Amino acid sequence: MQKDYIHIILADDDEDDRQFFTEAFEELKINTRVNTFNDGVELMDYLNSPEAILPNVLFLDLNMPKKNGIECLHEIKRNEKFNDIAIAIFSTSSSEEHIEETFVNGANIYIKKPSDFATLKKVLSDVVTINWQYHTSGLNKDNFLLRI
Amino acid sequence: MKIFIKFDFSAVCRKVLEDKLIKHQIKHRILGFGEVELLEKVSDAKFAELTQELREYGIDIIENQKSILVQKIKDTIIEMIHNPDLVNVKSSVYLAEKLGHSYGYLSNLFSDVTYTSIENFIILQKIEHAKQLIVSSDLSLTEIAFQLNYSSVAHLSTQFKNVTGITPSAFQRIIVKRREMANKK
Repeated sequence: MQKDYIHIILADDDEDDRQFFTEAFEELKINTRVNTFNDGVELMDYLNSPEAILPNVLFLDLNMPKKNGIECLHEIKRNEKFNDIAIAIFSTSSSEEHIEETFVNGANIYIKKPSDFATLKKVLSDVVTINWQYHTSGLNKDNFLLRI
Repeated sequence: MKIFIKFDFSAVCRKVLEDKLIKHQIKHRILGFGEVELLEKVSDAKFAELTQELREYGIDIIENQKSILVQKIKDTIIEMIHNPDLVNVKSSVYLAEKLGHSYGYLSNLFSDVTYTSIENFIILQKIEHAKQLIVSSDLSLTEIAFQLNYSSVAHLSTQFKNVTGITPSAFQRIIVKRREMANKK
């Protein structure tokens, strides 16, 4: 049987952003479980621990202290254990070159950080809906690229 | 050395199913498209064991009636997209005829269970098929557009961009670079 919720993790050092993110998911129709981490080190410590519950989608903020989003992305892509996680990058940059490079490095989703709550909700809803389709319809995850 | 492979998912699933059913000595008939008829009564213990073993391959036995119908809708749509004889057929008519329910009923049920509409699912599947053809065939984008029944290559490109946020050529570039990177490792 299909799992009846989607497990989501966010790593972001900004407390307000984490708050908005969690609230946005609470208001969506889709059942989700959201965990947040304050930086890349906290996140990787958790993912590498034996009792970690791996998420369906991992949202990474690019600019974090100690370990940034790209470093996390590289570490995750090097470990086969994490193959099933869809990785979404939150960034403020919209340079085409930068976006392509992020995808080449293994990100599945590239999100330009929205500046208002309504857009954030819409974006997260789109991401989770499409990811759900990949999850439940046997689509080829290697071809999963999405830019919002 | 790295090699690239492509899968025939239905052939793989069929083989796994057959092997497992034979292993458990269950008399059966594979009806194709996600349906298997068991020709004898199977004990609960055996059934649980079979369910468990199939799950290792990502094959789930669906037990809920609504989920079964939704799965049939998905299978029918995928069949339509992959079958050149069906690309011109109107999907609402074909689905209603094949599954024996009104399109309105199917459409509502589908949205309830999957959080998306049948129309969106069709578009998503077509774009997925286009992606698969881009990365695994020598077809040009024009030929792919024709095969998937788009009126023009521009129409395919626009829909591709709307669904994924990137253009088909950017998609192709990214996949090629990823493969190059994987080869260097």
